[in-house]
Amino acid sequence: MLIENTFLKVINLSKSYRTDAPPVFEGINFEIEKGEFVCIIGHSGCGKTTILNVLAGLEEATGGDAIMLGKRIQGPGLERGVVFQGHALMPWMTVLQNVAFAVRSKYPDWSKEKIYEHAKKYLGMVGLVNAEGKKPSELSGGMKQRVGIARAFAIEPKMLLLDEPFGALDALTRGVIQDELLKICKETEQTVFMITHDVDEAILLSDKIMLMSNGPNARIAEIVVNTLPKGRQRANLHHDPMYYPMRNHLVDFLVNRSKDLQVKGSNGELEDYQIVTVFPGVDMPVA
Amino acid sequence: MKTLSIKVKGAILSVMILLICLFIWHLATTQKVTPSASVSTNSSEYNALMGQGSGETVQKTGFPTLTQMGQTIYKQLSHPFYDNGPNDKGIGIQLAYSLARVGLGFLLAMLVAIPFGFWIGMSPLAYEAFNPFIQILKPISPLAWMPIALYTIKDSSVSGIFVIFICSVWPMLLNTAFGVGSVRKELLNVTKTLEVSPLRKAFLVILPSAAPTILTGMRISMGIAWLVIVAAEMLVGGTGIGYFLWNEWNNLALSSVIFAILLIGIVGMLLDIAFSKLQKVVSYAD
Repeated sequence: MLIENTFLKVINLSKSYRTDAPPVFEGINFEIEKGEFVCIIGHSGCGKTTILNVLAGLEEATGGDAIMLGKRIQGPGLERGVVFQGHALMPWMTVLQNVAFAVRSKYPDWSKEKIYEHAKKYLGMVGLVNAEGKKPSELSGGMKQRVGIARAFAIEPKMLLLDEPFGALDALTRGVIQDELLKICKETEQTVFMITHDVDEAILLSDKIMLMSNGPNARIAEIVVNTLPKGRQRANLHHDPMYYPMRNHLVDFLVNRSKDLQVKGSNGELEDYQIVTVFPGVDMPVA
Repeated sequence: MKTLSIKVKGAILSVMILLICLFIWHLATTQKVTPSASVSTNSSEYNALMGQGSGETVQKTGFPTLTQMGQTIYKQLSHPFYDNGPNDKGIGIQLAYSLARVGLGFLLAMLVAIPFGFWIGMSPLAYEAFNPFIQILKPISPLAWMPIALYTIKDSSVSGIFVIFICSVWPMLLNTAFGVGSVRKELLNVTKTLEVSPLRKAFLVILPSAAPTILTGMRISMGIAWLVIVAAEMLVGGTGIGYFLWNEWNNLALSSVIFAILLIGIVGMLLDIAFSKLQKVVSYAD
């Protein structure tokens, strides 16, 4: 196979839970380069989480392949860190123990001091050094999610998979953690694949946004390259001249075009559908 | 006016209820001095044989008065560990026998039920395969096993332990299986993505997660075991609080019987408190 330089390549991925029903998604093809931050947006039920789980190795696709660094993804592994939607912290462990548990899994030979030191470094990155002795139940939703992020980063994965990590948080907390995530990703040059429902979040964080049509027969309809310059900040994002073309394009897709594609897909009219790459505000999107 | 907390109020009421009960007891047991006219009709020897001897004997065979009760408690508690041969041992020794049997049977049940419960909790196939047997064996009264135990083991004391084992094993087994089977899938996914070894997963994730459920099972088991030991010791005899109780009944020493009943209740309560403390240690807020 020709996968020399691509970091992650997904080829013709499909998933169906029942043989007598149409597949949830099919013909999923995309690539992610090293250091890229990719968001995937789509309506509920289009199989975003399934795609993420396939990349994480927690679920098997019905057809197609996911290849990371020339190796087919089979089963979960430490080179891919996952931040789960519902934080998934061990409730009987303290914050520090939760992160240290992950660190020890990655580096079983390290001494206890080294493991704790490493864990504390990543807790520091998400601003939680003072909460290290607390149990998850004593933390707010946002803090729990930060621990989840620290845990995922602490194992220094080659790729980070985030399943709607801020879905359950209020807007203010979400903004703060988004900034933190952006900062850490910049420092560590992390490759990230993230599911989100929030268009603004996608514009702020990602280098490219994959738009999925509705399921069943969902596909990746468009890959939208973020035309806003790097170094974006939440505070002045909406003043950027590219912001509204970008945002309008995404919202238009979610409101109108995602449905049309689903109808075509279920009629079998998308056999050789070519994914459109769009640069909103730079050229006009193909209708 | 200073208001007392619910706890203090409750304690005061408890003491009052106790006093009322004791008072009723006192009223019911103070005998009107019946003229023992009837004695003359029968020979006093016959009366003595029928347990109706004159004087203090009448008092002793009736339901004990509070004073008699107090005397018995004082006598038993002042020498709890004396040993005057097989039928006359101090209450401390008898209790120790019972506790040792319960402890041993319970420990054996733990050694079997927790690993086995882990297995059937992890493997749905094993669960399906063993479930019919568990469901049939579980409702059997542990004492029903006694003849088979006595026949095969041929030792009454060990049979007692076996009966405790068999009655404690089911709640622990089912609770362990349930606790292990209902570890949150998210947490298991975390261990998968972290490539945690099976042993580390079992001890650091599944066991702590299921511990509160397992402890609940152990607490239920201990409660049942303490219920069953009394009956089992009445059957097999020899030693133990159950045997003591039955022996005192044969002696018609009702005050000792009541004393044994009270003690069984208190020890049972202490055991339950101990397990509820353990439960608190392993429980966690989600």
